[in-house]
Amino acid sequence: MAGRETRKMNMYQGVRDALSNAMMRDDTAVVFGEDVAFGGVFRCTMGLAEEFGRERVFNTPLTEQGIAGFGIGLAAMGHTAIAEIQFADYIYPAFDQIVNEAAKYRFRSGGQFSAGGLTIRCPSMAVGHGGHYHSQSPEGFFMGGAGLKVRTSIHTGSCLFDIFVQIVIPRSPIQAKGLLLASIRDPNPVIFMEPKVLYRSSVEQVPIDDYELPLGRAETLTPGSDLTLLSWGTPVYHCETALHMLGSPPESLARHVPQSLRSAKVELIDLRTILPWDVETVAESVSRTGRLVVVHEAGRTGGVGAEIGAEIQKRCFLKLNAPVKLVTGWDTPVPMQYEKFYMPDPLRILDAVVETLTY
Amino acid sequence: MASLARIRPTIQRRLPLVRAIQTAADSSQLREGASHSEPFTVKLHEDSFRGYRTEAPDLDIEVTKEQLLTMYKQMNVVRRMEMAADALYKQKLIRGFCHLAIGQEAVSVGMEHGTTHQDRIISSYRTHPFAVLRGGSIKGLIGELLGRQCGMSHGKGGSMHVFTPAFQGGHGIVGAQVPLGAGLAFAAKYEDKPIATYAMYGDGASNQGQVFESFNMAKLWNLPCVFVCENNKYGMGTSAERSSSNTEYFTRGDKIPGIQANGMDILAVLKAVRHTKDWVVSGKGPILLEFVTYRYGGHSMSDPGTTYRTREEVQRMRSTQDPIRGLQRYIEEWGLASEQDLKTMDKEAKAEVDQAVEEAKQSPLPFEKDLWSDIYAKGTEPPFMRGREREEIHTF
Repeated sequence: MAGRETRKMNMYQGVRDALSNAMMRDDTAVVFGEDVAFGGVFRCTMGLAEEFGRERVFNTPLTEQGIAGFGIGLAAMGHTAIAEIQFADYIYPAFDQIVNEAAKYRFRSGGQFSAGGLTIRCPSMAVGHGGHYHSQSPEGFFMGGAGLKVRTSIHTGSCLFDIFVQIVIPRSPIQAKGLLLASIRDPNPVIFMEPKVLYRSSVEQVPIDDYELPLGRAETLTPGSDLTLLSWGTPVYHCETALHMLGSPPESLARHVPQSLRSAKVELIDLRTILPWDVETVAESVSRTGRLVVVHEAGRTGGVGAEIGAEIQKRCFLKLNAPVKLVTGWDTPVPMQYEKFYMPDPLRILDAVVETLTY
Repeated sequence: MASLARIRPTIQRRLPLVRAIQTAADSSQLREGASHSEPFTVKLHEDSFRGYRTEAPDLDIEVTKEQLLTMYKQMNVVRRMEMAADALYKQKLIRGFCHLAIGQEAVSVGMEHGTTHQDRIISSYRTHPFAVLRGGSIKGLIGELLGRQCGMSHGKGGSMHVFTPAFQGGHGIVGAQVPLGAGLAFAAKYEDKPIATYAMYGDGASNQGQVFESFNMAKLWNLPCVFVCENNKYGMGTSAERSSSNTEYFTRGDKIPGIQANGMDILAVLKAVRHTKDWVVSGKGPILLEFVTYRYGGHSMSDPGTTYRTREEVQRMRSTQDPIRGLQRYIEEWGLASEQDLKTMDKEAKAEVDQAVEEAKQSPLPFEKDLWSDIYAKGTEPPFMRGREREEIHTF
């Protein structure tokens, strides 16, 4: 950050800054979605309509399938279409448009048309009291539905591929701004999921210039040698808390954390891009540490963790010292009253780390 | 429900008849003598159109001899092409899904003549004629069906996925292209282009929720979009009456005006297209346009098309309301060309298609490299991808 002008921003301001940067440089860029013209329910589009005009920042009806289809058509004409689905929980009516139209337009037209200019933003994950329809993390559905693009190394053998909506989830304002700008400008369609509890709670000094962060690349936050802890979005913070607890457990937990584990070096990785996920960074890490714990908010069955676990056990089978452990939401609706028990909190993560280290 | 369905036709018959659209293919009349060199005016049958929340278009239409002969030739060519596709499919040279538009030629050819290639047309999966008429070639179309290099999508799309710069596809999911059409129209409006976007769908797709979502957005934002319902009476194997509570598809836009047009008379189609193009380009917002037409074949190649309707019905439509025979009658009766001239054109159409089929058959299967192309935007590919077997790895 040295030498760059920064401003203190929370994540919704980071998102807003990215949108503003994108629209400034690109006259074809338009922002649309439910209530975005007056700022959006999470304020991510505050003042954009005033800044860029109502022709470029406008409200849509409550029409998720229509919004997605409209955006694909607009993108097919060479525009930069930035759609907002008000909550990730509402994206399901658009599933067909995303999976069948956006993801396949380029391929089935032999490259004549594509929805590459489309980015769909949606607030995702839990805030603690959202319940069934405001706390879901649907990234796993798109991972399966849109297909899997995996980076691989020739020497480690096979991987799968298919077609081609990318899924990106940032953890902070700096990340949100850089990844969103990269998503908007990426010539392939992207679903950008913003962990909504971080909109206000996550604050950083964000560069005010126009910058991008790479898609498809995980970021290692803390290097380590004994266990790889992999997450994205909100639970990255719970992982950090869990690692603090591991190093110096509060008195009430001390008897559950063996003395020998307290100096364990845990490598914390933020996956950032869910599809295509950075299998090389994760596999390289697990090959060194021999242990992997994956943490995500979505339910376990058919989740992203299951996919990662399967790939890692294949690539790192002989290096693993413990089974790949998943810490996830439960396979229930996100419960209104018990949301904090649904989410993978620091205690559950700590428990999983201890179990995996002592396996 | 079964008993209801039995009763329904009886009830309908007893109701006082609203004046219905007629679908004869040859009921237009000359206003004056038909000129061989100058444009001349034809009066369409008075039941060619119905309007909803708007006046129906007037019945006069100006045409030229050259245009009528071109339309005749094109209708013949696209029908021959569809027949060739039918034969190739039955020889198992075309695999997968294939939907033919035989019987609906007046719609595709009429629309081609009422629009320019700056206008946008996006449609469903019964679109071979559109792709060819709007900048493609017969060879490219047949090649695509055969999955060959010369295919319009390099042999990678198949029947449902054909595109040209003037034709935005070619979409296989029922109704999914309609909101895309709203997006295309928005782009035109945003760029201030004086063009029309035609978002087409069938009577079956008209019951999709996203079609109504698109109507709403288009009206809300006053988009220059014509929503075209190609009503061929059957959504797959279910007749319109059995699938739709309101079969007057041109009235389904709520506040959006609509026009119903005889989709078997190419002159009525042409008039309706010109009328709706003027409508949207002049800033009046969206409009619905229903073409009442008929498909002779089944829904797709795997549907014989005779389990949900009688052979007699199909035969009757073929023999009394065929759009090509209708235009033929105009041309002959108005003295624009002789029967012999038209027969020669028929032969030429057949020869043209036969030759294209042979050329397409000669085209090799797609390049192996095309297995890896058009997946990601150029330059954003992963380092490499795995192919059909373990050892096959493609490096970008």
